[in-house]
Amino acid sequence: MTEDMSQYPLRLDGDDFPMVRFQKVTKAYGSLVVLNQLDLDVSAGEMVTIIGPSGSGKTTVLRMLMTLETINSGVIYVEGEPLTHMERDGRLVPANSAHIRRIRSKIGMCFQHFNLFPHMTALGNCMEGPVQVLRLPRKEAEERSLELLEMVGMAEKRDQHPSRLSGGQQQRVAIARALAMRPKIMLFDEVTSALDPEVISEVTNVIRRLVDTHNLTMLMVTHQMGFAKEISDRVCFFFDGSIEEQGSPAKLFETPERERTKQFLNAVLEAN
Amino acid sequence: MTYVEFLQAHSGRMIDGTIITVYQFLLSTVVAIGIAILFGLMKLSKNLAVRSVAIIYIEIFRGTSLLVQLFWIFFVLPLFGIHLDKFTAGFLAVGLNMGAYGAELVRGAILAVPQGQWEAAIALNMSSRKRMWRVVLPQAFVIMLPPWGNLIIEILKGTALVALISVTDLMFEVRQININTFLSIEAFGTAIIIYYLIARLFVTPVMRAFENAMSRKIGRA
Amino acid sequence: MIEWQWELVWELAPRFVDATGKTLMAAGGGYGIAVILGLIFVVAQRTPIRVLTFTMREFVELVRSTPLLLQIFFVYYVGPQFGLILSPWTAGLIAIGVHYGAYLSEVYRGGIESVSKGQWEAAKAINLPIVRTYRRIVLPQALPPAIAGMGNYLVGIFKDTPMLSVIGVAELMHTATTIGAESYRYLEPYTMVGAIFLALSLPAAFFINVFEKWVRRTLGMVK
Repeated sequence: MTEDMSQYPLRLDGDDFPMVRFQKVTKAYGSLVVLNQLDLDVSAGEMVTIIGPSGSGKTTVLRMLMTLETINSGVIYVEGEPLTHMERDGRLVPANSAHIRRIRSKIGMCFQHFNLFPHMTALGNCMEGPVQVLRLPRKEAEERSLELLEMVGMAEKRDQHPSRLSGGQQQRVAIARALAMRPKIMLFDEVTSALDPEVISEVTNVIRRLVDTHNLTMLMVTHQMGFAKEISDRVCFFFDGSIEEQGSPAKLFETPERERTKQFLNAVLEAN
Repeated sequence: MTYVEFLQAHSGRMIDGTIITVYQFLLSTVVAIGIAILFGLMKLSKNLAVRSVAIIYIEIFRGTSLLVQLFWIFFVLPLFGIHLDKFTAGFLAVGLNMGAYGAELVRGAILAVPQGQWEAAIALNMSSRKRMWRVVLPQAFVIMLPPWGNLIIEILKGTALVALISVTDLMFEVRQININTFLSIEAFGTAIIIYYLIARLFVTPVMRAFENAMSRKIGRA
Repeated sequence: MIEWQWELVWELAPRFVDATGKTLMAAGGGYGIAVILGLIFVVAQRTPIRVLTFTMREFVELVRSTPLLLQIFFVYYVGPQFGLILSPWTAGLIAIGVHYGAYLSEVYRGGIESVSKGQWEAAKAINLPIVRTYRRIVLPQALPPAIAGMGNYLVGIFKDTPMLSVIGVAELMHTATTIGAESYRYLEPYTMVGAIFLALSLPAAFFINVFEKWVRRTLGMVK
């Protein structure tokens, strides 16, 4: 599949380009189209929540932005620069790994199943990136990591390995680990879905604090409608590989316009 | 001498040798399967004496070397009045040795059948024999087929050792050819290819087909 | 019926002690080569270069499914045909090293594949380069599940060293056969070889198990 790349700008100009832009991004597995010509902008400092039924492609959005998935067509821009592509001789070509690594350093991610490194302590997990990737001196990396572990309330468990921590505790360490890389954009992929109900608030409280105190751009996929409503600047309802409806939480949750949005919200509310 | 001429001159011997190798392989496999089931079940027995016999057998045959066992059976047993011809000694040694490894596979697979299956069989009031043969063994069989695939390749490879007690298998024949002609790469290279083809075109596909058939039958496909 | 002669056992003991040393040397040397070759094989199989990946996989498959005895002969006799003469020790160690390197590459592969996809993704999410992802994240986790397999093949290599006797490496089996030819006594020499193998390989499983637990504990991966 060859695509006319000239329709995409080499970089986004002007003074208010979005922090993240998906432009006509398509992702398919064989004949199964997961995302269809997605256009989505996220402004700097904005908290965007993605909701929708399973299989609607919402997790894929985050995974593509983290470059865990390649895209079939379209371009993703981060801070005005293309992430999936790069400029060569005035044209956009698929990005090489050096380019991807450079742009990707602006993004951090937390996973549904935490994915902590089991052979490292909580502190070791946090220090891994700063020491090995950012090449910070160990002392500085340790200070930074401890500060973050403090913030997520896990400083006391700094020397514990993940297997000794509860799910909520592991997820908080995972958040600290992601933040230790000083990302500009944070992705939360169903971070509470694998947790027992009573520890969910441990994690949501940390995210609340982040929203209040840091000027991060955030994208979150969640099934927690209450939390989404409370914390988001904007909510996107995904259905069948594209955005069915989006808007402020008040608007989307109180007065949804589309039939599918209403159905989904009714079904979710009924389940709770 | 070109390789084609080499093959023309020696293919007869190599085909004869290959046939002996296949015989040795099939007979060793039969012995190994019998030994594996016998000692695998014995090792799971509640009876301490039965279990001990199995453990001792398995440890001795896995703990010493196949070549040592082969020589022992061929050179030492006759001193006790047990005379085996070299052909029998060959496949017996390979089968007895590989059977000890197979016994562990049988035992492991039986233990890998979920506890709930035993409990369900008990709830149906099956006798212990029925539990084993109707419920546990069929499932264990499917579990252990993949590792048996590897073991059967090991059996094939193991049969090459019988050449050392002068069974005229493929290994023996190419060694003779090498001694007579000094065409080592042709002789040994051809043998390597023949063994590989037997493994790749015969053993692996048969085992794979077997696995598929069994897992379909047992409803796991 | 034949009588077991203890005097003969004591008389032969020094020769067997010496041969046991040689057997252990052969096993250790072969294993050292195999550990490194195995790593090379598995890394070559995981490169994006298709041809290399394919050739390597076929090569490993070929080595694994053909007899070691044949490979020993091959390495030992093919060299001279091209003017390269290898000593029995060199040829034997190469053959055994390549053979078990192929097996170990499969063990490594299993270990690497046991590391969950999430670990790779997490490494990517902190932008860790590929080499460091292997060294710091994947290999430490791939090691514990690989230890049992690696240990089994160490014992396996040890039990396969008798095959080196066919090209004249003076290990245990060779010594027993020589004694048999000199004295026409087979019972004691062959039984002694068996006993030595048993005595050395039986405790091995126990030590491998202990070692595996120790590594898991050291890496903090115990539940």
